[in-house]
Amino acid sequence: MGKTITEKIFEAHLRDEPFAGTNVLSIDVVMCHEITTPTAIADLQRRGKDRVFDPSKIKAVIDHVTPAKDSQSAMQAKVMRRWAARHKLPDFFDVGRNGVCHALFPEKGFIRPGYTVIMGDSHTCTHGAFGAFAAGVGTTDLEVGILKGVCAFRRPKSIRVSLNGTMQRGVFAKDVILTVIKTLTVNGAADRVIEFRGGAVDAMSMEERMTLSNMAIEAGGTCGICMPDAVTADYLWSFIAGLYASKEAAVNDFKRWRSDPDAAYEKTVEIDVNAIEPSATFGYKPDQVKSLREMKDVAIDQVYIGSCTNGRISDLRAAAAVVKGTALAAGVRGIVVPATPLVYRQAMDEGLLAVFMEAGYCIANPTCGACLGMSTGVLAEGEVCASTTNRNFNGRMGRGGMVHLMSPAAAAASGIRGKLTDPREVMS
Amino acid sequence: MKTFGGPVLFLDRSDINTDEIIPAKYLTEMDKEALGPHLLEDLKLEGFSVNGSWRGSARVAVTRANFGCGSSREHAPWALEVNGITCVVAESCARIFRQNMFNGGMLAIELGKATIEELFSIAKNGTVECLVDLDAKKLDFSWKDGSENFPFSLTQFDEALVRAGGWVEFADARY
Ligand code: SF4
Repeated sequence: MGKTITEKIFEAHLRDEPFAGTNVLSIDVVMCHEITTPTAIADLQRRGKDRVFDPSKIKAVIDHVTPAKDSQSAMQAKVMRRWAARHKLPDFFDVGRNGVCHALFPEKGFIRPGYTVIMGDSHTCTHGAFGAFAAGVGTTDLEVGILKGVCAFRRPKSIRVSLNGTMQRGVFAKDVILTVIKTLTVNGAADRVIEFRGGAVDAMSMEERMTLSNMAIEAGGTCGICMPDAVTADYLWSFIAGLYASKEAAVNDFKRWRSDPDAAYEKTVEIDVNAIEPSATFGYKPDQVKSLREMKDVAIDQVYIGSCTNGRISDLRAAAAVVKGTALAAGVRGIVVPATPLVYRQAMDEGLLAVFMEAGYCIANPTCGACLGMSTGVLAEGEVCASTTNRNFNGRMGRGGMVHLMSPAAAAASGIRGKLTDPREVMS
Repeated sequence: MKTFGGPVLFLDRSDINTDEIIPAKYLTEMDKEALGPHLLEDLKLEGFSVNGSWRGSARVAVTRANFGCGSSREHAPWALEVNGITCVVAESCARIFRQNMFNGGMLAIELGKATIEELFSIAKNGTVECLVDLDAKKLDFSWKDGSENFPFSLTQFDEALVRAGGWVEFADARY
């Protein structure tokens, strides 16, 4: 019987099996941000164990509320900063160099095929796009990860989601993952790894794959994993060139992580991406998805383009292509949050920021910001936002607000009309 | 080991997420106690009042499927804990939330849909108490004029975490 990529990664990292079915894995990358890490640091200090298992395997960033918005967030940042200095963490990203963790860390080449990755953040599943097993954990798992470099998981089961066909014009990876979540439902992949397969995934860029994997947790998935291939090698090349004689050699090496053809899946779901239309969520759960055609009279107050789902350069390009030469509808606010300093810089150099500004958008610094309702565009009671983020929970972007999740092009189109809009209606 | 059992808070809905258990705006709190008053602050649920009599008295929460979905914030179990709720009984819990409960030495017990249905019919009898027998793996629900037992199971690992007082203690002794 063959093995899935996840089973292969588990086997290669198995450190202990204290009980049948419980796999304690050694962890290659422990990622930390300022919301969930300070309490772990404080607890380690309280226990007299203020140590890190390997400073080179810990990556830390201040990203959720940055620059600090008040004394409390300033204190969280300070705790992180001091801890990073105390342990001489080589990869700590502070104001000026910081960006949304799940966009910043891949950009730095920290994630490689076959790695195990944890973070005190549910969207850690994003890094599965590289053919890594990456899972969100709580603060206690993070604390043990920092101290011992291990984390416990139940033996993994996988759901294979086969995506085939070609995306129509106006349809993006975001529409695909919304359709996947609608199909699986919000807990359809609970305790399971979602393996994204098929020609449509093979044809996607790393950024598109990250958008897919990012939202695996919205179906309850532990990780959303893609097969590492030439696209992965291309993306990582500047970081791995010293390790391989050629890209082909890297791709060949990655093959050891790919799922075997006879691997066992709990179930397989087939989706024809040709049939997917530009879509958005309509309720408070991410599996409540409809085509934008069906929702076109919903008025909006704000457009938010950013986050670890869709705040990368390709997202800003897609949105700017729609925005170019237009203006935000009267009464609609637009906020663009490039996910990292590099994305910001690229968007500036390519003239995208000018396109947004001419249309009336505000450009904020890289941060999580309004995605979780902490800063940079929190909604007031009764307000509606066309958002490229990943969660439409009640109150997520501010108490009493309504969030419609969609692609950057759809959010941009909605900004022009002042109501939810199928991007094909305004795309040239 | 923590203590378990006492009056039950019934939350009759599936997919209650961690943003509803504790909103993100309180995540800048570094003191668990400070989370206490904000537990379930944004939960909209018929018959549920955020400052109802459950606050301060409830020790067990009974709910439906996919409890604790969404964000990984361990602030959710902490907010329950500082309110005295150390045991969640649900049709299912989201993986990270469930692990966070056990990692903190608390209980996240998953029971079949039919059993949960039965518990919600018991809820109609007014105040309900639940005793937790970890050795016998039994939940003992009692109310004004009746009582009923329900067996449960835990994985060996989850039980070991509860008995050790949490994952830090377990891992420290072993790795
Ligand atoms: S952008 Fe939003 S979803 Fe992503 S890590 Fe930040 S808060 Fe979480």
